[in-house]
Amino acid sequence: MTAIFQSLPILTAITFIPAAVAVFLAAMKFMMRAEDSTWLDRNARGVSLMTTLAVLFLTVVLVMGFDTSNPDFQFYQEIPWFAEFGLGYRMGVDGISVLFILLTNFLMPICILASWNIKKRVTDYMIAFLILQTMMVGVFCALDLVLFYIFFEGGLIPMFIIIGVWGGANRVYASMKFYLYTLLGSVLMLVAMVAMFLQAGTTDITVLLETEFAANLQTWLWLAFFASFAVKMPMWPVHTWLPDAHVEAPTAGSVILAGVLLKLGGYGFLRFSIPMFPDASVLFQPLVFALSVIAIVYTSLVAFRQTDIKKLIAYSSVAHMGFVTMGIFAMTELGVQGAIFQMLSHGLISGALFLCVGVIYDRMHTREIAFYGGLVHRMPVYAAIFALFAMANVGLPGTSGFVGEIMTMAGTFQVSTWTAMGAALGVIFSAVYMLTLYRNVVFGELTNPKLEAITDINTREWIIFIPLVAGTIFLGFFSTPVTDVTAASVNQLISDFTAATTAAAN
Amino acid sequence: MTYDILATDLTLLAPELLLAVGAMTLLMVGVFIRKDETAAKWVSLLTIGLLVAAGAAALFLVPVAGGTAFRGAFVFDPFALFSKVAICGAAALALFLAGPYLKAERLARFEFSVLVALAVLGMAMMVSANDLISLYMGVELQSLALYVLAAFNRDSLRASEAGLKYFVLGALSSGLLLYGASLVYGFSGSTGFNEIAIAVGDDPSVGLVFGLVFLICGLAFKVSAAPFHMWTPDVYEGAPTPVTAFFATAPKMAAMILLARLLYEPFGNAVDSWQQVIWIIAALSMAVGAFGALTQNNIKRLMAYSSIGNMGYALVAVAAASETGLWALLAFMILYMVGVIGAFGVILAMRTPEGMVEEVDDLSGLSQTRPGLAWSMTGIMFSIGGLPFLVGFFGKLFIFYAAVQAGLIWLVVIAALASVVAAAYYLRIVRVIWFNEPTQKFVTAPTPVGLVANLSGLATVLLVPVAAIVFLWARGASIGLI
Repeated sequence: MTAIFQSLPILTAITFIPAAVAVFLAAMKFMMRAEDSTWLDRNARGVSLMTTLAVLFLTVVLVMGFDTSNPDFQFYQEIPWFAEFGLGYRMGVDGISVLFILLTNFLMPICILASWNIKKRVTDYMIAFLILQTMMVGVFCALDLVLFYIFFEGGLIPMFIIIGVWGGANRVYASMKFYLYTLLGSVLMLVAMVAMFLQAGTTDITVLLETEFAANLQTWLWLAFFASFAVKMPMWPVHTWLPDAHVEAPTAGSVILAGVLLKLGGYGFLRFSIPMFPDASVLFQPLVFALSVIAIVYTSLVAFRQTDIKKLIAYSSVAHMGFVTMGIFAMTELGVQGAIFQMLSHGLISGALFLCVGVIYDRMHTREIAFYGGLVHRMPVYAAIFALFAMANVGLPGTSGFVGEIMTMAGTFQVSTWTAMGAALGVIFSAVYMLTLYRNVVFGELTNPKLEAITDINTREWIIFIPLVAGTIFLGFFSTPVTDVTAASVNQLISDFTAATTAAAN
Repeated sequence: MTYDILATDLTLLAPELLLAVGAMTLLMVGVFIRKDETAAKWVSLLTIGLLVAAGAAALFLVPVAGGTAFRGAFVFDPFALFSKVAICGAAALALFLAGPYLKAERLARFEFSVLVALAVLGMAMMVSANDLISLYMGVELQSLALYVLAAFNRDSLRASEAGLKYFVLGALSSGLLLYGASLVYGFSGSTGFNEIAIAVGDDPSVGLVFGLVFLICGLAFKVSAAPFHMWTPDVYEGAPTPVTAFFATAPKMAAMILLARLLYEPFGNAVDSWQQVIWIIAALSMAVGAFGALTQNNIKRLMAYSSIGNMGYALVAVAAASETGLWALLAFMILYMVGVIGAFGVILAMRTPEGMVEEVDDLSGLSQTRPGLAWSMTGIMFSIGGLPFLVGFFGKLFIFYAAVQAGLIWLVVIAALASVVAAAYYLRIVRVIWFNEPTQKFVTAPTPVGLVANLSGLATVLLVPVAAIVFLWARGASIGLI
């Protein structure tokens, strides 16, 4: 039974159903007269929501069928594609990637719902989001270097259009910066990929994972991959595109950006840098630790001085990604598990925080902290939800944010005490900026007369927040459902890594 | 006996003979049709048919084994076959695009099509040239027809300027080519590629290398590679748009193939002597193309810089000096032409009730006024820029592959970085199309223009799963050349 299920092309279905629906919507748009486009716009939302829910259902089926005791790639599928040249369409998931697919497809229906009030060119908007979903899921499924690169970079195109068409005032600048910055990081990775392709004669990731690269070559390859993943992550000092992109992106764009796109870098480190270039990873461990601690401390301080709510949360994302890079490069089982947990948890929390900003932005059309104050008097439910996510972002025990931070710090502590201590400093700072933000926006007297008529969250927003609230609290108390799935693969990753580095040391 | 040899020779020449005889016949046909427009229409249709027939003749009439003709001056091999089919196809598409434009601009004269056919004849000679004399003959036949085409709108000051500029600089490049050829002849004692190859041996004399560098410079003019690119933006801008579409595709292919054959066959053993030259030309072209286009407002000038940059990538494949480089080059050129011809389709569709417009900003809000063209242009721009997930990416990927294999890692790094800079101006076009509000509405594009633009846009996506076929053909065509 399981064997049959495992052989179904379920990953391909999950990846390409959104793109197929996007193509369908595009075809409808071209064939329809201009007068009917409002009809199409109205239905495009529903179609997209149904699609993303169906994909979510398939993903849940996938996770249920996932064998957690097996550390290898499952649901493997291979179709000849450029086979004569060593490439191939290869898809598969292991414990590291499967939950990211769940995260992506969990956030997508929420994003579609959060975009319900978009008035401008709705069909185009939905097409862009569905293509983006295909690209994101594809990254986590791809087991071929070139396929991975295509999905990895292909996601930039719809995101570029989402920020540029539906973004804020300074959207053109932000979208160009976003695209060119990330592209610059990635082309060097492409050169490195070509070099690996030549070394191994294939782009099959499962083969490359077994290939040993010469130590000298590893250093260069590691640096090239690092250029790409560090920008995506983003790590200090190449994080400057993120605040711009976040501020200008529409709410759902910010949710996807913070929730999924930032995880591509961390996933890349786990899939490529650590297992394929173990010696170089050891060599550069101090560098990554230093950059992570700087990111945690410095961007927390920067966040404290922000006047725009979205920018503040964007900087806080950079700080939290610092925990992820630190945990990954601790290269202990606990650290890597914690990093994965932190990425998933941050996907929920930062997504929810951007949605919280979206709620008041939809009503007041400003994100200035100074504009707000005393929202608790008019929006008690909103205040409670915002409080939960603000606390989760700080890392309050009982929320998923705590588990991720404590695991990464404990994992790092085993390797480097000072790094863990620096990171702990960041936890304090995150409380400082988050609580200040919360106090300024929610508490105090309601002084701004424009806020008198503000209404509490409506049914649609309830529906959006319930799964996120549930997820954050559930993961805060029960971390085992996640760690069980990741354990086997992470264990193998670390034991392979240790074997490789001890072999190199001897 | 003589008759037999002549018959074999002529069979190999079937496409060229067809083109030559056909072009002359069409010249007569045009003269006998009284009305200019009717003549232009019919001759154009017949020329498209002629080009298709020439491509088919290359595919089916010429013996598959190929061979050489006229004592080795002319060679027909899979490499030449591949290029000829591609050139005929590109020329036919450009001619297909040209009809409505020429009619609307009152330029509809039948000589246009005949000139295109003659230019293609020159290109077919170029890709089969196996002798310095046939090389020069092909280049000149092609160039003379192109000079006239560039100035085809003789009442327009810009077109005349373009034609003149192209002619003067083209003449200069022919001079360089001839000088180089004479040096090579002088030092090797022969004009045939096979004999030159023997003379070059493993250690070419200084005179031969000197001559080779002049030959490279002359051909670099033809492929508009930096630092011999100066004519390109002006000619692209001044020439009638369909002519520009033609310039950007078939002649580039022909000159690139000729350059590759020249370097790989007679000078195949002198890689060390020319690799660095090509290295520098390639790096310069990519840089000039990327930075030059950033500030262009005229979309035809922008495409000119884009083609300079892309020829730089093609030269990276040439610099690899391997069979991989050759097939990467062939496939890249095909995928490049698929995009470029569509881009010019979109440019030809930029017509307001007042006339043609060609500023980048005129595309403002195209996604709202003409969604079909907007999607196509978006796909085409990302594809020409070599950005995933579109098909142009694979062209660049395998060029990088060939170059890394040949150890040209720094050239690949330059190429990768140049592609980021280049992405900025491709993105600028996409940005104008999607982010700006529409300021004007274009009139409905003529059927051929809309068809070519949209098919090309679709191809950039739909070719992705099957692009391997192009690469397999290209690989099949490159076997045995090195």
